[in-house]
Amino acid sequence: MSPAFIIIIIAFVTLLAAASAMSLRNLVHSALALTITFAGLAALYLNLDAQFVGFAQILVYVGAVAILIVFAILLTRSGDTPNQAVLAPGWTYGIAIAAVVFTMLGWAVLNSSALPKENSSAPAVTVKNIGDALMSKYVLPLEIIGLLLTAAMIGAVIIALKEPSKTDNAGGKS
Amino acid sequence: MTPLQGCLLVSALLFAIGFAGAVTRRHAILALVGIELMLNAANLNFIAFWRYGAHPEALTGVMFVIFSIAIAAAEAAVGLALIIAIYRHYKTSNLDEVKDLKG
Repeated sequence: MSPAFIIIIIAFVTLLAAASAMSLRNLVHSALALTITFAGLAALYLNLDAQFVGFAQILVYVGAVAILIVFAILLTRSGDTPNQAVLAPGWTYGIAIAAVVFTMLGWAVLNSSALPKENSSAPAVTVKNIGDALMSKYVLPLEIIGLLLTAAMIGAVIIALKEPSKTDNAGGKS
Repeated sequence: MTPLQGCLLVSALLFAIGFAGAVTRRHAILALVGIELMLNAANLNFIAFWRYGAHPEALTGVMFVIFSIAIAAAEAAVGLALIIAIYRHYKTSNLDEVKDLKG
């Protein structure tokens, strides 16, 4: 099979999984489809010669974000299939706006003259290059990202902490 | 159609799906999932432009995606913590029923 054919199959599976993640009624099934979407995107990155990004995608999205979403679904007790409508009242407008956005983007992609000239040769970039760049040119963004992740982690823990109950406020047992 | 245009079309469709989900679904978690899908579509764009662009050895697209993945992870953690807090307070995670700021 030619590489282009494989990429088309992966893209098709990814888009199908994304569509079902957004349209399935049961949230647990949605989370499963979302995981397939993330894995498909990682496969696309690997096929586009971005190995490091592909494995980072698997590690962060398939490994962490998907688990986090499943935990949130189960902690909010929304694992059952809902009986009432799952779509918001004005959902036709939302779908219409999304269709318009896709039409405009597709038209721009297919007719633009500003796209860069094709460079079909695979870039010779190794993980060593990425590490060197992260430690030299991009060291400040890297530090800021570390700070942001720490702040986000502490913030998430504090936000999700149990609310103090009334007895605590009244000076009762802590 | 060139490979670059193919990648951009896939990414545009992924963005549209994510947008439709984030706007139309009632459940708070699915709105967050839609936002994640839109972020991933942007990442795919960066990788496609990096791969088929003029200077892949400059590593700009890869770096942008790495930082974007880190920020998306932070966003997901804080967003899901907010959803859990909202569920605890309102006993629902349906976005239409969370209407008052003062609970």
